[in-house]
Amino acid sequence: MATDLKDQELLVYESRIKVPYTWSVGEVGSRFLTELKENKKIWGTKCPICEAVFVPPKKTCTFCFVACHEWVELKDEGVLQTYTVVRYDSDLIPGKKPQIIGIVLLDGADTGIAHMIDGVSPDQVKVGMRLKAVFNDKRTGQILDIKHFKPI
Amino acid sequence: MDNIAIVGVGQTTIERNKLGDTFADMVFEATQKALEDAGMTMDDIDNVITTSNDFWDGRTISTMAVGDACGAGMGKNMSALEGDGTFSCFYGMTRILSGVYGTSLVVAHVKGSESENLLITNAIFDPLYMRPIGLDSLNSAALQMRRYMTKYGVTEEQCAKVSVKNHKNALKNPYAQIKKEVSLEDVLESRLIADPLKLYDCSPISDAACAVIIAGDDRAKKAKKPVWVKGVGYCADSYFLGDRDLADALALDMAASKAYEMAEITDPLEEIDVAEVYDAFSYMELMWYEGLGFCPVGNGGKLIDKGVTEMDGKLPVNPSGGLLSGHPVIVGGMIRLAEAVLQVRGDAGDHQVKNVNTALAHGINGPCGQSHCVWIVGR
Ligand SMILES: [Zn+2]
Repeated sequence: MATDLKDQELLVYESRIKVPYTWSVGEVGSRFLTELKENKKIWGTKCPICEAVFVPPKKTCTFCFVACHEWVELKDEGVLQTYTVVRYDSDLIPGKKPQIIGIVLLDGADTGIAHMIDGVSPDQVKVGMRLKAVFNDKRTGQILDIKHFKPI
Repeated sequence: MDNIAIVGVGQTTIERNKLGDTFADMVFEATQKALEDAGMTMDDIDNVITTSNDFWDGRTISTMAVGDACGAGMGKNMSALEGDGTFSCFYGMTRILSGVYGTSLVVAHVKGSESENLLITNAIFDPLYMRPIGLDSLNSAALQMRRYMTKYGVTEEQCAKVSVKNHKNALKNPYAQIKKEVSLEDVLESRLIADPLKLYDCSPISDAACAVIIAGDDRAKKAKKPVWVKGVGYCADSYFLGDRDLADALALDMAASKAYEMAEITDPLEEIDVAEVYDAFSYMELMWYEGLGFCPVGNGGKLIDKGVTEMDGKLPVNPSGGLLSGHPVIVGGMIRLAEAVLQVRGDAGDHQVKNVNTALAHGINGPCGQSHCVWIVGR
């Protein structure tokens, strides 16, 4: 575009945005994360109409647009629905490269939960394998209180 | 539908880093080109809609910052959308249908080069449950690709064929960023990004802007080269990845059904002459074939095996080279629409498909194709 400024050196301004946030977890999320922290238990919510069990739990059914009041305790075991082995560097992934990330369908749940998969090598991991949640010893009430899922 | 037309389109070249252009410079260029294409001046524009993403632009209400570059500073009603350019075109169309405006100028811009793709796409995800795992646009797509391959037996080779086709098509598109022929082996042997995604299965980081002018009724009829909107559909799926079966594009299925119903299309493979779809990753194009009803569910791989979507096939898909040859996020779907318009007019140059009466354009937004917008345009 700068046709009449052809010899102009182009400058780049370097900066960053840094904004702290505090996100309300809500009543439903608070109960879910408190159960992870205090009891190492995974709970979901159930839709009164379609009976779908959501984990992480939801206040509203994705499919029926009604409130889900019923709580259901799920097993800490399930099946690997899909996975990937992340080969690139990412500071955002808590695990070591190459980290396996997957979606796990817990027994009794109708929705999958995305998490890290460990205790299996990238060439041994398989869709359909049974996995179990491994909890952190120090838990603070967040999703990473589940350290990862490992094969049973 | 018979009273809304796209009367002008303009796009910048897609580049890895448009160092000499600010966001606004790109929007100004695209807007000027669209006005020239339509044979209009800013006096003919009744309202303006901008499309951008605050995280990518690094500023709050980023859409305001390009107002001057698209004439909104001249006292126009300017509104803003985040998401894909096809969504903002939908909004521009409905503003005309409201009866308040005769024309809408819709612009979209992004500079992927100016920030960190992993940080920004990680922030798409829920901060409590998905972000801490490190999900981003690449590894979430890899989860979808694996699920799609597992459920339907689609192979990495079939996915790679999309990349080969689209890179080849891009050689003839003057706006494309990557102009490089790649072979099936090149794709299959390219560096693993996140299994099963390899480098050439992924679209690049890009900068670009696009502009589209939409007109209604008399204003459309008086246009130099109107391309008529026959049907549009726009649907969203659930946000959490685990709530969806990632192998199926249900929202696309619904959006396409609505667009086809409006356009009175019953057999898309027979009735559509060319399609520009949102191929952010190679496997996605195969999934979208299915969602768009070009083939039965699970048969996307077989469709490309048969060569149906090649440049000389029955229904060429992405003759422009698609997003695998340049992927300005936000702008991506609007470019698909601009390309569909050029194809209908016979103005697509070296990548023109012969005898186009009806064209399809498709845009998505959200992780793993959460929302879809489908446009049918024709003579
Ligand atoms: Zn329900």
